[in-house]
Formats: sequence, structure tokens, C-alpha cells
Amino acid sequence: MQKHSSVFNSSESLRSFWMATWLGWQIESNWTDPFLFAIYSIVKPLASSGILVVMYSIITKGNFDTPIFPYIYFGNAFYIYVGAVMSGISWAVIDDREHYKTLKYMYIAPIRIPAYWLGRGVSRFATGTIAVIITIAFGVLFLHVPLNLATVNWPLFFVSLFIGIAMLAMMGLILASITLLVAHHFFLIGEAVASALYLFSGAIFPLDVLPVWLRPIGFAIPITYWLELMRRSLSGNVAQAFPTLAQFSNLQLLGILLGLTLVFGVASTFVFRFCDYRARERGLIDFVSNY
Amino acid sequence: MTIQNNPLASQAYEKATGWKLFIKTVIARAYPRIIGQQREKSWVFFDIFLPMLAVSSYVFVYRAIGAPEEYVGFVVIGGAMTAFWMNIMWSMSSQLYWEKEQGNLALYIMAPNSMMAVLLGMAVGGMLATFLRAIAIILLGSLLFNIHYVIGNFIQLLSVFFVAMTALYGMGMMSASLFLLLGREADHLAQLATEPVYLVSGFYFPIKSFNFWIAAGASIIPLTLGLDAMRQLIFQSGATLGFLNVGLELEILCVLCVAFLFGAWALLGHMERLAIREGRLTESRR
Repeated sequence: MQKHSSVFNSSESLRSFWMATWLGWQIESNWTDPFLFAIYSIVKPLASSGILVVMYSIITKGNFDTPIFPYIYFGNAFYIYVGAVMSGISWAVIDDREHYKTLKYMYIAPIRIPAYWLGRGVSRFATGTIAVIITIAFGVLFLHVPLNLATVNWPLFFVSLFIGIAMLAMMGLILASITLLVAHHFFLIGEAVASALYLFSGAIFPLDVLPVWLRPIGFAIPITYWLELMRRSLSGNVAQAFPTLAQFSNLQLLGILLGLTLVFGVASTFVFRFCDYRARERGLIDFVSNY
Repeated sequence: MTIQNNPLASQAYEKATGWKLFIKTVIARAYPRIIGQQREKSWVFFDIFLPMLAVSSYVFVYRAIGAPEEYVGFVVIGGAMTAFWMNIMWSMSSQLYWEKEQGNLALYIMAPNSMMAVLLGMAVGGMLATFLRAIAIILLGSLLFNIHYVIGNFIQLLSVFFVAMTALYGMGMMSASLFLLLGREADHLAQLATEPVYLVSGFYFPIKSFNFWIAAGASIIPLTLGLDAMRQLIFQSGATLGFLNVGLELEILCVLCVAFLFGAWALLGHMERLAIREGRLTESRR
């Protein structure tokens, strides 16, 4: 079994990444015909947004012109990436070890495991992107979500999106590493983390609504800043209508997001090394729990 | 002393047939659901913790948009009911598919017991185990968000719950047969039936908010009417936000009970024969 003396080794990592990207896409998409796959990719996120839209419209009697509606809608739409990228990467461990029983072969192949996991997340990122675009387009066309393509701050949008996806990938890598060490509740970890982040990151309500003692959790999560940047880039006046992060400029928010991404990047390297070592030592690489 | 010479032992090993075998099979299949699931403490924690996170998120959304407090109660009850829907999707509908993947399905079919008894055991066990989790979610949610209940007719409430659960698990038994013919798409279809069902069945808001025909169409899922009737019976303003009156909803649920249980029996026989003929009982398409 190869030793991972260096987690990222450029050529081998790149090869592992692209191979895993192709493999991930095959696994994600070839279980059915393209039509059903498209339905599957669209219906779930739209239904998730639909729940919030109906809740909102019942209470406000269909008044979609308040700033809170686009706040909720954009936050929920971009949160699709959290489930797709972060949980998607950690799911690769479960899929390979428990379902296909191929993780041990991945370990003895000449590939870099972290790069391989990141590659497996790319297909989820692609399907997530389609879902985000469709969700936002639906909101703009049918629910008066304010979005004017001419006034969008595109540089801020793309820079925030890029850093945000990198941050989610690093968080996914940490989750994947931890998943290596657990068996009986493996599939619940990703779900639990995604649900907790949904609650504490202010994805669908301003953090000020949370009890005071819970708010610091939200301020410690990079997703909070990322979602704020995404909202500001698409519809600046919406995000700034809420006091939660109003005191921060775009540049300050970007700085915080970048800093936290770097922290998570470094942490993911150490967590992977530790979990990888423990998993080998405890014989968990080819462990099948049959749960 | 051999079993044959020991009267007590031979009595214990006496061959069960007919209804006795049916009931023994139900109990045997329900046992791992009720006892086994409680042994994995982390699962109990996650089964309660995860719906609570979703419930809390939706409660805070309602608070952010200034909704009346009874909507918070609607969310808590809906969140508790998601435990039943998840149980139907993952531990009923997908179960025979998973048994097939693990190679147990052929053993079930070979054994001299009724497959209906196996499905019924899964349903009874799943219902009881999930009931404990749903109660925990309601208690926790009620304490955290200070929910007030006004129960007018307790007998009617129990009747609605029992009939809705029977219809729901009948639906689960029926879909278990359908999933038997699926391959890799089974997991994806079970996932697909999560958020869209939460939306059309009104898990987090009153179903009355929809157009009549959409709500009527969604009523094919027993939880839609069950949830609506329960909310009418336990909240002060529930009746004003109800879709149909509780009596009518109870009658429709009774019809769904019969239809789904009969459907489960008929489909199981058909799908089993089809799966045997097409050689799908032992296939594993990963």
C-alpha cells in the first residue's frame, strides 16, 4: 500500500482528479435515461425551494416584494452547493467502501486519495450548478425575485463562487476523512453537518432571528459569509437590508471567507493524514458493515 | 437428550402453520425493527436530531417573516411526521430491494412463510420504532418552541392517527413490491420522493393553501389528510386552516387503508411471480 507522504503531488493528483471526475459523472448519471436524470436533478431543488415559497406566500399573502423573500430564495438556492459539493465528496467514501466495495482497490492504485475524492465531488458540483441555475431562473421568471443581469456584480460573484466552492470542497474532504473512521452512522454524518449548517449559517433567515447564544456559531461558519457575498453580488440592496453582516464591506467579507477557506484547507490536510493513518491501523479501509 | 425425547423442546420446535406461522413471521420480522434499532444509540440520536434541525430551520423562517405562532406548531407536527415518511421510503419501499442486493430475498421466498407476513412485520416494527422517535421530536419541539395544544376530541385524534398510519404503511408495503423490480434507480427514486412529497403533502404548512385539486391529488398520500386532520384536532385555529372536515378525512383515510392493503397483497403476488420469471430475485445491479 502506498504511503501518502505528500497529500498533493501535482501530476498524480491531477490524473487522479480527472479520472475521479469522469467516474463520478458516470456513477451519478448512468443509472437511468437522460430524461429521468434531468427530472431528478430539477425536481428535488425546485421542491425544496417550493416549500419555502409556499410558507412565505401564506404568511405574506403573496407579497414577494419585501427584501426578506430574495434573501431566503437566494440563500436556499446557493445552499444546494453545500449538499452537492461537501456531502458529495464525503459520500464517495461510503459509496466506494460499502456499496461498490472498491475503496481498497483505490488505495492500492497509483492515485492520490484526496485528489480522487475531490474529483468525485465535481460531478455533484455540475449537477448542483444546473439545479442552482434552474432554481434562480424559476424565481426570477415566476416569483419576482429581483435579479437584473446588467447590475450584477460579476467579478464579486465569480470570485465568491470560486472561493466558496473551494471552501466547501475542503469541508467535504474533512468529512470524507472522518467518514473513513466511522461505520454504523456513516451516511448520517454528511446529512447532519449539512442540516446543522443550514440552520446556523443564516441560509434561509437572517442570523438575528436565532437566539443570541446561538449566533456565534453562525459567525464562525464560512458559509455564512459566502452566502452573504453571493446575495450581495446578485442583489446588493437585498443583503444590506439586514443588520447581521451590514457592518462588513464586500472586501472584508471576501477576506474573512478566504481566511477561513485557508484554515479549512490546512485543517483538511491534517485531518486526512490522521484519519487515513487511523483507518489503516484499524483495518477500516475495506470494512463493510452491511448497514 | 434429543429434541424428540424432550417434550418441552419438541413443543418449542413444533412446526407452525397457517395463521400461527403468519403471526410468528410478523413478530419475527418486527423484532429487529423494534429492538434492533434501539440498540444502535447513535441512530436513535440522529433520527431525532436531524428532523429537529429541519424543524428549527423552518420555525425560524416563520419567525423571520412574522408568522402567527400556531404555524410553529404546524412545523413541529409536520417535522415529527417526516420520520414516518422516511421510514416508509427507506425501511419499507427500499427494503426488499436491499434484501435482494444483500442476497436475503431469495431466502425469504424459499422459506415456508407468507411474504405478506414479512411485509406486515416490517410495517408493524417500523411503525412502533418510528412512533417513539416522532414522540421525542414533538416533545422536544414543543419544549424548545413553547407550543400549546388544545385537544378537543382525543378519541378522534387517535382514530385519525391509527387509520393514517395503517394506510401509510399499506402504501409502503405496496411500494416495496414495486421497488423489487428496480435496480440502481431504487435509491434515487427514494431520494426523489422526499422534498416533493414534503411540499405537496403540506408537512410545513396547511394543505388548504393549495388549489383544491392539487390538495385533493396530494391526498393519495395518507399523511396529507392524516396531518391535516391531526392539526385540526390539536390546534386552536387548526379547524379554520383545515382542508376538509375531520370526519370526511377519516372516511377517505379508511378507503385508502383498504385500497393500499389490497394493492399490496395483489402487487406482491404479481411482482414476485414476475421477478421469479425474469430471474431478478438474485440479481445485483450495482
